[in-house]
Amino acid sequence: MSDLMKVSSNPHIRAKSSTSSIMLAVVIALLPAAGFGIYNFGTDALILILVTVLSTVLTEYIFEKILKKKTTIGDYSAVVTGLLLALNLPVSAPWWIGVIGGIFAILVVKMLFGGLGQNFMNPALGARCFLLISFTSIMTNFDCDAYTGATPLAALKSGETVNIFNMVVGKTAGTIGETSMIAIVIGACFLILTGVIDLRIPGSYIVSFVIFICLFGGRGFDYAYISAHLAGGGLMLGAFFMATDYVTRPITVKGQYVYGILLGILTGIFRIFGPSAEGVSYAIILGNLLVPLIEKATLPTAFGKGGARA
Amino acid sequence: MAKLTFSGGIHPYDGKDISKDKPMKEVLPKGDLVYPLSQHIGAPAKAIVAKGDHVLTGQKIAEAGAFVSAPIYATVSGTVKAIEPHRVVTGDNVMSIVIENDGLYEEVEYPAVKPLNEMNKEEIVERIKEAGVVGMGGAGFPTFIKLSPKEPEKIDYVIANCAECEPYLTSDYRRMIEEPEKLVEGLKIILRLFDNARGILAVEDNKPDCIEILKKLTKDEAKISVKALKTKYPQGAERQLIYAATGRKINSSMLPADAGCIVDNVDTVVAVYHAVMEGKPLMNRIVTVTGDAIADPRNFIVRIGTNYHELIEEAGGFKKEPVKIVSGGPMMGFSIFNLDVPTTKTASALLCMTEDAVSETEPSACINCGRCVEACPSRIVPRLLADYAENYNEEAFLSHDGMECCECGCCSFVCPAKRQLTQAIKSMRKMQLAKKSAK
Repeated sequence: MSDLMKVSSNPHIRAKSSTSSIMLAVVIALLPAAGFGIYNFGTDALILILVTVLSTVLTEYIFEKILKKKTTIGDYSAVVTGLLLALNLPVSAPWWIGVIGGIFAILVVKMLFGGLGQNFMNPALGARCFLLISFTSIMTNFDCDAYTGATPLAALKSGETVNIFNMVVGKTAGTIGETSMIAIVIGACFLILTGVIDLRIPGSYIVSFVIFICLFGGRGFDYAYISAHLAGGGLMLGAFFMATDYVTRPITVKGQYVYGILLGILTGIFRIFGPSAEGVSYAIILGNLLVPLIEKATLPTAFGKGGARA
Repeated sequence: MAKLTFSGGIHPYDGKDISKDKPMKEVLPKGDLVYPLSQHIGAPAKAIVAKGDHVLTGQKIAEAGAFVSAPIYATVSGTVKAIEPHRVVTGDNVMSIVIENDGLYEEVEYPAVKPLNEMNKEEIVERIKEAGVVGMGGAGFPTFIKLSPKEPEKIDYVIANCAECEPYLTSDYRRMIEEPEKLVEGLKIILRLFDNARGILAVEDNKPDCIEILKKLTKDEAKISVKALKTKYPQGAERQLIYAATGRKINSSMLPADAGCIVDNVDTVVAVYHAVMEGKPLMNRIVTVTGDAIADPRNFIVRIGTNYHELIEEAGGFKKEPVKIVSGGPMMGFSIFNLDVPTTKTASALLCMTEDAVSETEPSACINCGRCVEACPSRIVPRLLADYAENYNEEAFLSHDGMECCECGCCSFVCPAKRQLTQAIKSMRKMQLAKKSAK
């Protein structure tokens, strides 16, 4: 027995879950959506995913090497960002779109603000919106070998009928990872069961969105219309994987409900009244910006506060 | 019916199976005994013996140093060897009386005890005060002060804290299994002090055997009930316990009495029993010696002052090399750098671990996951408070209710980034409390 024992402040035990185990769980949860994307769109999708993930991870690695900081790619957060970004790209996008997006996500949105935990906006979404504005025609071109013509949401917006079964399964045009509601929900269930996310944000987001489109969609409580809106576009991917991003959502429990409801309303506004058929990405990054305010307004009441002597 | 509990909290591995079936066993100390003069909240006790004096078991060796203080009694017979500073579990050097044990255990004659129903309230409180009884769950607050609230008629509940929510600890459990009568009688003594109070034995539901025994014992007691609480750490924290058992809430600036409650830990209630029914001062306590480094984990009846080395020896020594030794439970106990410290009135366990989860992990950036917020039983935001504490932002720390932290450790436990949240908040609280008392 050595002379001196280790000492530290309490507590002396720690739960098993760590930052890297959480991020790894998110990566695993995204695999069904990614896998379906590859099945749906072919090897081009696989290449784009690999290029994007590689560029996010490398950007973080090189940035930290240059600045002589501790390498943090082992926490898998850059993998999550790369994967999410890739799943938000159309399969027809050239490989360099993935590279530019990856660099922008990590360098500009994440590292320049202080790295993991300090960014005020979801890096993958920040990069997606950057690409949407900078390379609009590439980012909104959903024509590919498998599908031509409008995405279901765009078709819906112009009043056409859509095949809801195909939308739920994912056999439609769209970005690589957003088309299959089933694959996304399978991944989301995994995250919920492993305790990584809960239903507060996705639940309040989806419910408030449904209420909004019932009120303002002009179709009332139209089951087919609602289903198409839920299964179409990036709503599922956004609600379960991007709105729930720890860093850019409120930390307070009440704030998470407020945030979810806000996202639902914003998405509804963008989809129904906006010029584009889609609105999830913009709704979430706008919501990200309001997080500090929401947190401030929803701080919990300390236990016993307001008691006799307080 | 929904289980009685509170919001927040955690479910760590409880490690109680290691020692829960080991009956209490008395340890007779062989070496010197050390009695720190400060082993309670309040002023240090004043030594009333001098070097060279011969003392007997049960003899008072230090008297209360002020109103908020407690006397200390010798737990062996022998000679006062020195009065000098000695290391205690917190790492402080505390003035202590050292007694060389003569191994004879000659006892003083304890004062004759009157039957309980002939004692008035003042006499009962006086006995408890004289016996040096303090809160043995860890805080060490002199019990007689707790039992003398300004308006005793407004006390509605006397709660015996039988939760024992700290992982690994089984000392209260053994007490409830082996001497439940003393616990119930002790509670009845306290209830005599409060005409309008009902007694509650609050037990976590991971101890169904205790619940059953206590229910059987109290089935004819109209004023005492046994309440099963949900098993969750920190169910035994005073504020959470009061809420779970009575639905009343208190904050850090309130005393349980403000909510009409008195809370005492199992061992404290038993000490009250010994003091009042047998006239015996507080001389021993139950200590669980456990952990994966210990050869033969046990629950010992330990004389206050016994060196920790002797407890390890009694438990068969180490079977594996310990890396970390904690006095108390893993969530709120003190890690000690060597074993040369004495058992005090508040030492509930000696936990010897072959791994140290703290030094094996390195704190990294907060990812804002919110686990600390969900785990915090004080319903504050540890993530923000730790930032404020680290940047010494007093104003924000106080306005975000940093002082409401009960230092239970839940936030550090759950943090996936392995941040030292509790430590940061605790240090800031200490500084703020020191500032307040300096004013």
